[in-house]
Amino acid sequence: MATVAVTAERENYLNKEYGIRSWLLTTDHKRIALLYLASITFFFFIGGFFALLIRLELLTPAGDLVQADTYNKLFSMHGQVMIFFFLIPSIPAVLGNFLVPLMIGAKDLAFPRINLLSWYLYIIAGVIYLHCIVTGGVDTGWTFYTPFSTAFSNTRVIEAGISIFIAGFSSILTGLNFVVTIHRMRAPGMTWSRLPLFIWAHYATSIIQLLGTPVLAITLLLVVFERAFNLGIFDPTRGGDPLLFQHLFWFYSHPAVYIMILPAMAVESEVVACFTRKRIFGYNFVAMSSIAIAVFGFLVWAHHMFVAGISLYSALIFSILSYLVAVPSAIKVFNWTATMYKGSISFTTPMLYAFGFIGLFTMGGLTGLFLACLGIDVHVHDTYFVIAHFHYIMVGGAVMGYLGGLHFWWPKISGRMYPEGWGRLAALLVFAGFNLTFFPQFILGYMGMPRRYWQYPPEFQVLNVLSTAGSTILAVGYVLPMIYFLWSMRYGKIASDNPWGAAGLEWQTTSPPPTFNFDETPVVTWEAYNYEEIPAPAEVHVER
Amino acid sequence: MFDNFPLWPARASAGAANVDALFIFLLALSALMCVAIFAMILIFATMYRRRRGVEAEQIEGSPELEITWSIIPMGIFLAIFAWGAVIYFHERTPPRGASEVYVVAKQWMWKLEHQEGQREINELHVPVGRDVKLIMTSQDVIHSFYVPAFRIKQDVLPGRYTTAWFRATKPGVYHLFCSQYCGTMHSGMIGQVVVMEPAQYQAWLSGGGTSGSLAATGDTLFQQLGCSTCHRSDSQGRGPNLVGIFGKPVQLEDGRTLTVDENYLRTCILSPSKNIPSGFKPIMPVFQGLVTEEQINALVAYIKSLTPSPAGGQGSVSLAPKPQYPKD
Repeated sequence: MATVAVTAERENYLNKEYGIRSWLLTTDHKRIALLYLASITFFFFIGGFFALLIRLELLTPAGDLVQADTYNKLFSMHGQVMIFFFLIPSIPAVLGNFLVPLMIGAKDLAFPRINLLSWYLYIIAGVIYLHCIVTGGVDTGWTFYTPFSTAFSNTRVIEAGISIFIAGFSSILTGLNFVVTIHRMRAPGMTWSRLPLFIWAHYATSIIQLLGTPVLAITLLLVVFERAFNLGIFDPTRGGDPLLFQHLFWFYSHPAVYIMILPAMAVESEVVACFTRKRIFGYNFVAMSSIAIAVFGFLVWAHHMFVAGISLYSALIFSILSYLVAVPSAIKVFNWTATMYKGSISFTTPMLYAFGFIGLFTMGGLTGLFLACLGIDVHVHDTYFVIAHFHYIMVGGAVMGYLGGLHFWWPKISGRMYPEGWGRLAALLVFAGFNLTFFPQFILGYMGMPRRYWQYPPEFQVLNVLSTAGSTILAVGYVLPMIYFLWSMRYGKIASDNPWGAAGLEWQTTSPPPTFNFDETPVVTWEAYNYEEIPAPAEVHVER
Repeated sequence: MFDNFPLWPARASAGAANVDALFIFLLALSALMCVAIFAMILIFATMYRRRRGVEAEQIEGSPELEITWSIIPMGIFLAIFAWGAVIYFHERTPPRGASEVYVVAKQWMWKLEHQEGQREINELHVPVGRDVKLIMTSQDVIHSFYVPAFRIKQDVLPGRYTTAWFRATKPGVYHLFCSQYCGTMHSGMIGQVVVMEPAQYQAWLSGGGTSGSLAATGDTLFQQLGCSTCHRSDSQGRGPNLVGIFGKPVQLEDGRTLTVDENYLRTCILSPSKNIPSGFKPIMPVFQGLVTEEQINALVAYIKSLTPSPAGGQGSVSLAPKPQYPKD
């Protein structure tokens, strides 16, 4: 096609160099983002495959498709792959990596080589984890609860622990890089109050990664040591305390939820602003709510332990603190909604994902109120209610945010447009499939079906069948974008520099951007989301 | 089909109705919030869809609105917190005089022993209307005792006791689940709670042969293990007199003061040197590994049953179904 020749003429980060070496030894944050994109997509489909097997097993009450031990490994590895190898790196390491320097007008991240190192750490961790999977897997649940993980499981706990330990350092280094970059590399005039909300949310995320992940690393190391050298840290028969593990684990793993959801909120703010053509309502409050979430997120971990045997009074304290952290999340939802007021709204694929995000995140957040409530949590803890709740946040929230962001910035990343019709279809399939998969699980949970059950009483079957049916629709919704994104890289319409008419420095450079992002360092003299100064693109005008 | 498709769990305990009431309140509140937010989005998306020649109106924000929609949810959240806390407090505080069932969890079964001495596996028979306190421990990993119809759940940990309680209100057979993942047959670690009318329950109680109450078993063990040589009821032994100590504060050598509860007794039997009562020497042998969980339960039940007889002096073993609690 003639259009291919047109892109080939202009030098950009994709066509500057060719060959495998130019990718594996790159220090360009945009290329590293694409390395991450490929690797997390690979792990997403592994984790998704485990999920489908889980759903197929649960079609019938009897344990019949796989053996009990296999089932236990499937849900354990589904959780670990999805959380540590997909969700945590998803938006920060792909979109954040690509966009943080572009949005603040920098040439690259502060430490380009450390950025590459963090991808290599991720790959080393991933290879170890894959080895763990093919040589027998791990059956501790993603949570590694002791003393099961340290003294009773016969599976490859040490290998999985070391793998996630290493993956943690990849996450820490990304966070470190972002914090330093946002502090030190902003373009002239790009003050803190002019930063896009994407940057604020990533800044908050990076702080959690920096402060929280080392605690997980130490905890996993203790599990590995206890298992390998028979220490008595968590094992009560040697004087240890199994609850100590839970405190340490959730001290990271609750804030980790915000590592996954804050970047999705980051995407949400950009997309909503662009497709309502408005400055985000209450910029300061949305920015500060990200910081508030990062701070309060560290003070609520024991709400995962209300029935674990903690004292009555500490349960009261952690319950009330959990309600405090709900307020900044609510503020965000209200502000995005208010942004639509008197906007000029177009229904592109990224915007459909943004609508979906608000809906699903709202439901996930509201059911969080149930779980933070002591009296209710006792009944629904460790049931499918919890499963449904955190999938509404992590899949309904984080994955919708990720997919919406990928569509929004795809023209900038690839220089091509994705097919809009297919994009909208996939967004609708994801939304419908998601709700059919996970809404029945709320009911199952209140009915009392415990999580991690290989076989279950027959009265739970109808809802489980609905859930499995939904998961197949969801799977189609996830495979479609992968196909048309790949297709669009070769056959998609050539994207202009700013196809959406969006504000933000990343849209002022070419699509795809040159290796050092800007031909001249931009000087910022305007506030973020200055949509009144940017003409809306004609083609989006025509569409309703 | 609908027989097999219930949408609400059975409700069979005094506390279940409280939990359901709060749950329904939260459901209504959430539905209201969802409808409000989704309606706003729908209305804005329709009214302000992009049209030729119509520009968006730039609005900075409104601190008044922000404060309003922070403070109001905050107030609602605090109300929910308080309501939930009241229920939780009730759930975590077993009433005095509850009859006690000792639960030992292991991969992958529940072993239960009534204070009257009946033993059961994966089944718990209880009468309607009686407060039942569960004193639970695990032989291996963490399990969790979950009866959806009672809306109660409590993790069962190795190396310590955790407790839960309920008062069944409706005869029937209800699920007992292990809800904390515990290995291969986690989903097979299920059983049932059989709630019976009191008369039927009495018949069931007298039906099974037992070797006497749990406390009596403990008494025998207390003699066999030689505990009675030091823990003499005339306070002349080398160890503390155990009569009437349950529920009382105890002053320790290192200055701490603890209340004698099940976990205290358990620790004192297994690792005596952790808590040395004031005025005594650390001379008691360690019983860790020498007694089974069931034997510890029997010893604890026995020590709890030791109450000062009205005449003073000798302690007596109470074999009544309900243990007498010392007054505060």
